Amino acid sequence: MSITKNVKWSKKDLLSIYDLTAEEINIILDTAEEFKKVSQRNVKKVPALRGKTVVNFFIEPSTRTRMSFELAEQRLSADIINISASTSSLKKGETLLDTVRNIEALQADLIVMRHSAPGAQSFIAKHVSAGILNAGDGAHSHPTQALLDIFTIREKKGSLKGLNVSIIGDIVHSRVARSNIWGLLKLGANVTVAGPSTLVPREFEKIGVRVCHNREAALEGADVVNLLRIQHERQRGGFFPSIGEYSRFFGLNADAAKYLNPDALIMHPGPINRGVELDSSLADGPQSVILEQVTNGLAVRMAVLFLVAGCLEK
Amino acid sequence: MIKNKNYILRGGRVVDPSRNVDGVGDIGVCDGMICSPEKLQGAEIIDVKGLVVTPGLIDMHVHLRQPGQTAAETIATGTRAAAAGGFTSIVSMPNTNPPADSSDTIEYIRRHARTDGVVKVLPCGCMSKGLKGEEMAPVGSLKNSGVVALSDDGRCIQNHELMLHVIQYAKSFDLPILDHCEDEQLTCGGVMHHGEWSALLGMKGVMSASEEMMVARDIIFSRMADWKVHIQHISTLESIELVRNARKRKLRITAEVTPHHLALTDEKIKTFDTNFKMSPPLRSADDRQAVLTALKDGTITVIATDHAPHTETAKLVEFDFAPCGIIGLETAIPVCFTELYHSGILSLSELIAKFTTGPAEVLNIDAGTLAEGKPADITLIDPELEFTVDKETFLSKSSNSPFHGTKVKGKAISTIVDGKFIYRDGTLVG
Amino acid sequence: MTEKQLLKSDSDVKTAIAKVAATIVNDFKQGIIDNFVLVGIQVHGVSLAKRLIIEIEQQCGHQAPLGTLDITMYRDDIGIRRMLPIIRETEIPFDINDCNVILVDDVLSSGRTIRAALDALNDYGRPLKIKLAALVDRGNREYPITADYCGMELRVENDEKIIVELNGDEAEDSICKAAWSNRLIANDGTLI
Repeated sequence: MSITKNVKWSKKDLLSIYDLTAEEINIILDTAEEFKKVSQRNVKKVPALRGKTVVNFFIEPSTRTRMSFELAEQRLSADIINISASTSSLKKGETLLDTVRNIEALQADLIVMRHSAPGAQSFIAKHVSAGILNAGDGAHSHPTQALLDIFTIREKKGSLKGLNVSIIGDIVHSRVARSNIWGLLKLGANVTVAGPSTLVPREFEKIGVRVCHNREAALEGADVVNLLRIQHERQRGGFFPSIGEYSRFFGLNADAAKYLNPDALIMHPGPINRGVELDSSLADGPQSVILEQVTNGLAVRMAVLFLVAGCLEK
Repeated sequence: MIKNKNYILRGGRVVDPSRNVDGVGDIGVCDGMICSPEKLQGAEIIDVKGLVVTPGLIDMHVHLRQPGQTAAETIATGTRAAAAGGFTSIVSMPNTNPPADSSDTIEYIRRHARTDGVVKVLPCGCMSKGLKGEEMAPVGSLKNSGVVALSDDGRCIQNHELMLHVIQYAKSFDLPILDHCEDEQLTCGGVMHHGEWSALLGMKGVMSASEEMMVARDIIFSRMADWKVHIQHISTLESIELVRNARKRKLRITAEVTPHHLALTDEKIKTFDTNFKMSPPLRSADDRQAVLTALKDGTITVIATDHAPHTETAKLVEFDFAPCGIIGLETAIPVCFTELYHSGILSLSELIAKFTTGPAEVLNIDAGTLAEGKPADITLIDPELEFTVDKETFLSKSSNSPFHGTKVKGKAISTIVDGKFIYRDGTLVG
Repeated sequence: MTEKQLLKSDSDVKTAIAKVAATIVNDFKQGIIDNFVLVGIQVHGVSLAKRLIIEIEQQCGHQAPLGTLDITMYRDDIGIRRMLPIIRETEIPFDINDCNVILVDDVLSSGRTIRAALDALNDYGRPLKIKLAALVDRGNREYPITADYCGMELRVENDEKIIVELNGDEAEDSICKAAWSNRLIANDGTLI
């Protein structure tokens, strides 16, 4: 616990890591630490959000994030409604804002939202009084994923300051990468992004990220390596010639892992393409914290739900 | 309302780049024409001390949305917005519904401009039928019904052979080509400028190359056809380089820039406000700097607003799904005075030229001058008036402006068309 | 912070702490609460519990284990009061099943904090007995809750709050009162 006397959380929405200060990120992580203990008790539920209604509004398919949010809401004793793209009226031509206003009219207090368009949640948050939690908006942002990644690193390494964190894979299409980059930079880590140049834009150098197109250079001296899932459609989009070639030059295998620092963490937001971006031996090996990321995701989501619920106007 | 037709505007700072005039003086108006004040014995004297007196401003890039999209704008509301912005002549873009590709539609627009409009509407006709980029529009008939130029604005003819033919054919009818330069293969579904901010925001970017390829093509075709091609809303550093080089070689190439491209950059997109979405997109800080340099060195001779009204409903959606375009008639002078004149980049005369002689030369029209014997289209500007842009005050039917809430300095306060005040001291009168 | 007015000085506070400890020790000696633990409610209940543990050990040699409890997750007013939901550490390093728990807080008022603390404790197990120790009882009860071990009663106006400062050896202890401010407060009473 590193809470200082003058902490301040005053946001009714969680839209992106870019919007958060380092102090706010730390408040979330500290709060998540306490919620993680709740999950380790026999009684894993607290009444914090009793009487609050949370709507999980997913306009893009999701299994893991939605499951994690839903369980987090249950453990906080909230009432839960799930709406997905197939059941929503968006298909009937209603605008997104109208749909959300209808959800809000049912006295929803918090709306957890995933959407394919970057900024959709930021746009909605300006027009409704319910708290909006971004569960992923296109390639823009996925704040809870970054927070759980950072929580996991902090738990294992104590502090982010000065750590060398490498993110390898399809950076250009990845909201996980973008959210991690902002969060890691704010907490003082040294960030490297790597992968083929078609998938790793040099523009990230302008915000202080090291950009490289060579796997070994990205791994050398790294304290943490975060592998991103390679979508097969990128090959069809002409970003690289074949999955095999990607794996050979940019995947993490036992040989490449030798470049890592001995106590380096291996992370992956899931689901893993075993043998493509990450070999099974490493995914299941002692350095892997991939399943702990999932566990921590629950605590982090409980924390953000709890914090934003405390800032709703009544 | 001025009852007597004859009056003298006394004591204003007359800025008329067409005659290289910049100094305190009087302007006489007699029977709707400019005349020498000495000939107007006993005419009403209107004191305009402290104001800048300029030829009526010309906006050669306006979407009036009529026919077809009158929920967003009409000829009536659009021309009133123009008057409130200080514009006495506006060129209406042909991407209406139906598109202005026939004399019927042009005549419809001209009829409504006469009955509903308060400033001069100069219609622009389509280059291709239905803006489809497949077949040439009836250029000769369009000319006969009164178009001043040809454009497929909003679209760009991708078929190079057709484009060359349109340029060549337009020359026979003395119609300049106004081209929206965009290689659609390189647009790639982009919603903002492809660069640092699109990378940081994870949004699809429109490459600068998309514009530059077509600017290069147009310069080549202009040279081949020896005819006027005007690059609409130029936005990138390399496009500007191409135009600068072409003009150095005396090719018949001109270019315009919008107030928003000279004032704003792509960083604004981080708010996801759809009033920052337009085509071409807001570009990088380097591109903006190149625009400012090009305005100063004369590479860009025209400022045009690309006034593109959209209803609030249309813009109140996810950024990806919002239509492109913003309104600009009522903010052009305030924004340009703030960004170009008060910042010291352009002299008053250089700035006014971009709204008068610049467009008049491209369109070859009898406007943009205070020479005696010319129509008395006059704009009075208070260069020192400071205010905050408020969308609630717009006369346009739409309010999709990124400048809402911006502090600006300088405003057109009176607009005179053919000697008649239609906008006076900040209020519509005509 | 708003202006404070001193109600009890260092020696009064130390006497009151000793009194609370003595009544606990008395019950302990009579076998009413053998094998007891202290659980301090975050934030000021924790510092009081630490002081009680030292005092109890001095009085009877018994070393009681310390737990800390944050009741923020159990409050019934999240989103009603503009309370900043800052969670402090909950650390119960022992099994509370079949154990006598003495809940410790600095000021007992409405009883809502204690109600939340009872809920929280229940989620950790099923203690034999739960007793309540408080340094100050300021009245204004809204729940049928009373302290088993109480240092003193103090009456202040409804729009005033009681601030207990336990500084131990480092500085003087004190009890003050001050007006509630309109500013945001954290759940430990800290002005933000």
